[in-house]
Amino acid sequence: MATIQVSQQGTGDETTVEVVEEDRLQSWPKDGSLAIVGKAHPRLEGNEKVTGRARYTYDVRLPGQLYARVLRSPHPHARIERIDTSAAERLPGVYAVLSSANAPDIAWYDESVLFDTTVRMIGDEVAAVAAESEEIAEDALRLIEVTYTPLPFVTDLEAALEPDAPKVWEGGNITEEPKVYDRGDADAGLKRADVVIDEIFTTASALHNSLEPHGCTATWEGEHLTLWDSTQSVFTIRQEVAAALGLPEHRVRVIKEHMGGGFGAKQIAWKQDVLAALLSRDAGRPVQLMLDREAENLAVGNRPSTRQRVRLGAKRDGTLTAISAELWQARGAYLTGGEASNVSGMYQTLYNCPNVHTEETTLYTNTGPAVAFRAPGHVESAFALEQAMDQLARALKMDPVELRRHNYAEVDQADDKPYSLPEGLRLCYDRVTEAIGWKTYQRPEPTGPKRRGIGFAAHDWMGGSGHPPGYAWIELNGDGSADVVTGTQDIGTGTRTGLAQVAAEELGLPLDRIAFHLGDTGTGPYAPVSSGSATQATIGPAIRSAAAEVKDQLFKVASTIMEIPSDRLSTRDGHILVDGDMARAVPVADIMEQIAPNTLHGRGARGPNPSDKAVKTFGAQFIELEVDIETGEVVLQRVVTAHDIGRIVNPSIVDSQVIGGVTQGIGFALTEDRVVDHRLGIVLNANLEEYFVPTIADVPPIEHIHVDVADTEANSTGAKGVGEPPLVPTAPAIANAIFDAVGIRIRSSPLSRERILAGLAEASERQPEVSA
Amino acid sequence: MSAEATIASRIPVTLTINGRDHAVLVEPRRTLLDALRHDLTMTGTKKVCDMGNCGACTISVDGQAMYSCLLLAVDCDGRKITTIEGVADGNELDPLQQAFIEHDAFQCGFCTPGQIMNLRVFLDRHHDPTDEQIEHAVTGNLCRCGAYPNIAKAARRAVELRADRASAGAPPSGDR
Repeated sequence: MATIQVSQQGTGDETTVEVVEEDRLQSWPKDGSLAIVGKAHPRLEGNEKVTGRARYTYDVRLPGQLYARVLRSPHPHARIERIDTSAAERLPGVYAVLSSANAPDIAWYDESVLFDTTVRMIGDEVAAVAAESEEIAEDALRLIEVTYTPLPFVTDLEAALEPDAPKVWEGGNITEEPKVYDRGDADAGLKRADVVIDEIFTTASALHNSLEPHGCTATWEGEHLTLWDSTQSVFTIRQEVAAALGLPEHRVRVIKEHMGGGFGAKQIAWKQDVLAALLSRDAGRPVQLMLDREAENLAVGNRPSTRQRVRLGAKRDGTLTAISAELWQARGAYLTGGEASNVSGMYQTLYNCPNVHTEETTLYTNTGPAVAFRAPGHVESAFALEQAMDQLARALKMDPVELRRHNYAEVDQADDKPYSLPEGLRLCYDRVTEAIGWKTYQRPEPTGPKRRGIGFAAHDWMGGSGHPPGYAWIELNGDGSADVVTGTQDIGTGTRTGLAQVAAEELGLPLDRIAFHLGDTGTGPYAPVSSGSATQATIGPAIRSAAAEVKDQLFKVASTIMEIPSDRLSTRDGHILVDGDMARAVPVADIMEQIAPNTLHGRGARGPNPSDKAVKTFGAQFIELEVDIETGEVVLQRVVTAHDIGRIVNPSIVDSQVIGGVTQGIGFALTEDRVVDHRLGIVLNANLEEYFVPTIADVPPIEHIHVDVADTEANSTGAKGVGEPPLVPTAPAIANAIFDAVGIRIRSSPLSRERILAGLAEASERQPEVSA
Repeated sequence: MSAEATIASRIPVTLTINGRDHAVLVEPRRTLLDALRHDLTMTGTKKVCDMGNCGACTISVDGQAMYSCLLLAVDCDGRKITTIEGVADGNELDPLQQAFIEHDAFQCGFCTPGQIMNLRVFLDRHHDPTDEQIEHAVTGNLCRCGAYPNIAKAARRAVELRADRASAGAPPSGDR
């Protein structure tokens, strides 16, 4: 039941209000053979994407469209003394210029405004120009005169912690009271332990580098604003832009048909969304403002760098007596709503342990604002926790998988609720150990300078359960085809197809009779942000619910026409069956023809998640690799991975998500690092030339072993999200494999060739024979 | 610069794209990528880094795969250019396009035109490539979604489909 809790005004009593009726649908059975869900259908938008016809935000071309560019601060911290845009305004082809001199003082980030007179990071927005072409807009930027007084800055996490560090904000560099979590007594647990691991890990800041940059196209019709936006959440953009401009929401329409990646950086409104709208209003013409690659890498999100001190305590038999983690993350100069890096989470839940302490401090630095990046917080914490567990296993002379099994959690210890599928992680352990042949595994012998190693890592992920509310509408047309409408997004993950499959399954129509409409606040009902691996699990059930309502109506009509009670009717493959008999099948179109011009409609809502169960996703991964001890080069050989993500709706799309996630994990592990020169405060690689995202040459064979057990407690489709889980265990599995190969443990990401060579050199100094 | 001077600096160029001549008037600094996307409103070719690092803007020029962001429109007068818009024959997909769909060789799809243009040129020259050759051909085409293994599979499948077409007597799918 889709309900909300409201407090009565006078008494404060809470009541439950039914918002949208929802059929009480039974979850699809675990072993039932579904006709369309569970099959590897090609993506619905395939033709558009392979022909170049798919229209992305960057491709929007409206008549009279202007192009905008943003002037950005070259200083990590400075006061703007003077800004003169007059020469830019006079340049032929320039239609509008905005700066602190003439822009409204719209509140932005937690602490600032649209054009602040103090800039706090390289890339901070200073002015914006709309012109006939991108080139003229860039010419105009060069004509804007700005006088800055540089201020002391700090870009390094550890330096920002120092008591005499330059202050990013007046109140100091710690953003808020550290978040502390205690369960039991971790200090006592550590004292009781037979073995204690106590290590410090650091992870580098990583950059999303979606191929399509952030940006939008804004146009006004009277007082109505339309924004085409490369966004993971059309409804968030609508709400935030309307609030920023003082408009009621119904006068703002946000559209996202196709987008070239988001990975967490495109969940909120960024300044360009408002700047384009303001420039368009001033100029009287549509304005497209897309970020260039440098701005993309400076100003619109990054994975925060972290420092993590991890202590694990265990008995001889492997039982964990304590987990303690002191965590610091650098959030950049501004706090954004799109930041969700919960670095503490996995320490509290992944392993059964009665004594846990986590303390998480977030810091300001004069760098770009941190935002969620695919499995935020968990990628960072897995790098530390799973290496510490590997170290513990070796100290105990215990099989690393056995150590995980020994400390298995059937309950979410942070929420104190049983998991909806408590055997999920165990199934992952089973599948990957079987696939890699763990029982009889033999490490290949060294050949020349090459050493082989294998590494293991486990994970949980707080997402995948869906985040209601979310809605869908379905119309069954006169010819037996159907239109499904919802305000959700497909950010490249394939949700368009997976959700259409749910509709086709429940309606009993072939997939090619479904038209799927998404990503438009003007035509579809509310859906939440596509993040946290949530879309399939949130909107799937809403669609199922809408389809069930349509079917009820169809059966009422058919039952009258055919003179057969509705409970003997079912649908399959575009036909209505009596008693399940295909020989007595009537095309849906024939029934619809009888009631033309009437069509049938269904509404569906996603009800709340179960209140008595914790719904999460889990996984385990083995990685084999080879290290060259002369060059420090790491060549991955094989990845074997399994994840509990509930029912697999489309195996080929899910496999693609797993491969893509592992690939990003490989980048995080081996090559991705936003490098800042801390003396000058400058980002050295805000581009794709020296920020290394994986190429085809960097990826080994990746085997996704399907678990595919429907999580019937989670929601009525049994499916959970898969976007983020595959990424989480990859970096620690690689680090553990490097240790396995050459005995070097690298506790900083990325696991660069430099660090490996330094580790090898240090080891051979201590023990000259180690490299032989 | 005055408005007159800006217009006076523009140069007439004939761009031959997908078999058709287009007359455009462009500033000397305008890249072929921007000429395609703005002067010709052909947005299939994508802008990602605009400096030759990622391959998304790959097109075919006189039978060679090139980054359109590193070409000036004024240098392309009289050259035979093929873009993603010229790959399908009306509604009939090219073998590579078919194979990409079959093997789920794209996710967000933003790198896809560049991947396909690059592989098309490669397959025109290598009728029986090894897996290593296929991989090497697209090391310069970044895919942030990580569709790489499926891109390689799609290329392999396209070799088969092209061979089938050739033996069925269809004309080779080269640049028009």
